[in-house]
Amino acid sequence: MLATKVIQEQGVHVEGINFYTGFCVEGHTHAIRKKDKEKQKKNSSLWVAEQLGIKLHIIDISEEYKDIVLNPKHGYGQNLNPCLDCKIDMVARAWQWCQDNDFDFVITGEVIGQRPKSQRKATMPIIARESQVEDRLVRPLCAQHLPETYPEREGWVKREELYDFSGRSRKPQFALAEKLGIDEWSQPAGGCCFLTDASYSKKLQDLWDARGERRYEVDDIMLLKVGRHIRPAKNFKLIVSREEGENNFMRGYRSQFTYLYPTSHGGPLTLIDGSPTDEDLELAARIVARFSQGRNADKVTLEVVREHNQPAQVVQVVPMPADDIPEEWYIH
Amino acid sequence: MSQHELNARNLLCPIPVIRTQNKISELSAGDQLVVYCTDPGTLHDIPAWCRVHGHTLVSAEEQSDEIVITIEVNDT
Ligand code: SF4
Repeated sequence: MLATKVIQEQGVHVEGINFYTGFCVEGHTHAIRKKDKEKQKKNSSLWVAEQLGIKLHIIDISEEYKDIVLNPKHGYGQNLNPCLDCKIDMVARAWQWCQDNDFDFVITGEVIGQRPKSQRKATMPIIARESQVEDRLVRPLCAQHLPETYPEREGWVKREELYDFSGRSRKPQFALAEKLGIDEWSQPAGGCCFLTDASYSKKLQDLWDARGERRYEVDDIMLLKVGRHIRPAKNFKLIVSREEGENNFMRGYRSQFTYLYPTSHGGPLTLIDGSPTDEDLELAARIVARFSQGRNADKVTLEVVREHNQPAQVVQVVPMPADDIPEEWYIH
Repeated sequence: MSQHELNARNLLCPIPVIRTQNKISELSAGDQLVVYCTDPGTLHDIPAWCRVHGHTLVSAEEQSDEIVITIEVNDT
């Protein structure tokens, strides 16, 4: 937001690009989980674009992005976040977009030293080089620490009106925001991408381990964002909805999974990922019963549907006592 | 000037916005697009996208289980 404003102040026409990777936090869980609904309904990049008065192009790269997540040349950050490869890829795509749409250069809001792995002084030239944007990449917030770029040499942007921020402190940025008249701030300090989340990364790693190969479909990564994930064995796991919003969202996936739900008591819809045996499904039913309103009842009745729109199998089970579910079954 | 429809039901934001954006890029000024969605986030995001791109939001309403958004395409 700030970087754009700094360049706009110099009279340059700017348009925004937002890449949708499938791992973006907002939109999804916020739309799914009721308790988060009031917190974050709007898309923050659209909101920023509106504040800045610029067009915003949202581009779906979720399919192509798989290769970045599965095979990051520069490795992962603390979790399964391939930040450096991701940035290189996004800058490369932005630069291609510029060339296709008659724009002259790319700007990013990077600040040297703000992120331990991907925003170091040493990584700045790597991003510029490997994305092939070379010196048509301007980082207005830390440009004075970096070599002069083509737009600066050409006089399209004035170097002396760019900034020299560095390090993790965001104080100078707040001060600049104030100077530029930006009072509402939408700059998450990380936390806009599920890949930086430890619990999410564990679920993704578990998915790969269980399948014996590193691959995913976009639907898989959507479902990692919802429900409790419980894996009693390698061949199956339960995705147990935690509330009504998740229940509604998961209903959309019934045609792709075996699923079960309690009928004698209120309780969660549960999808079964993998290939469970009949015994596995009985165990699953006992676990689901434990999360139903019949958790203290002698018996809970559930319907198990192996194939959507086919007759359900009715089962009666004793709810599993909470303490009997081993902690290591929970993936979180 | 013609009327077009887009089915964005069961898709979560920002996918309905992306589909709307891509569909509108194929249309001409004066055309109308009716988008059918189920994610409540679209009630905020699609109108915001229209404002940002200078298209006219004709209406955005919740009808029983779905959200119906009508947009008129402008030359931007
Ligand atoms: S946090 Fe996610 S989106 Fe951001 S650079 Fe890292 S991998 Fe990419």
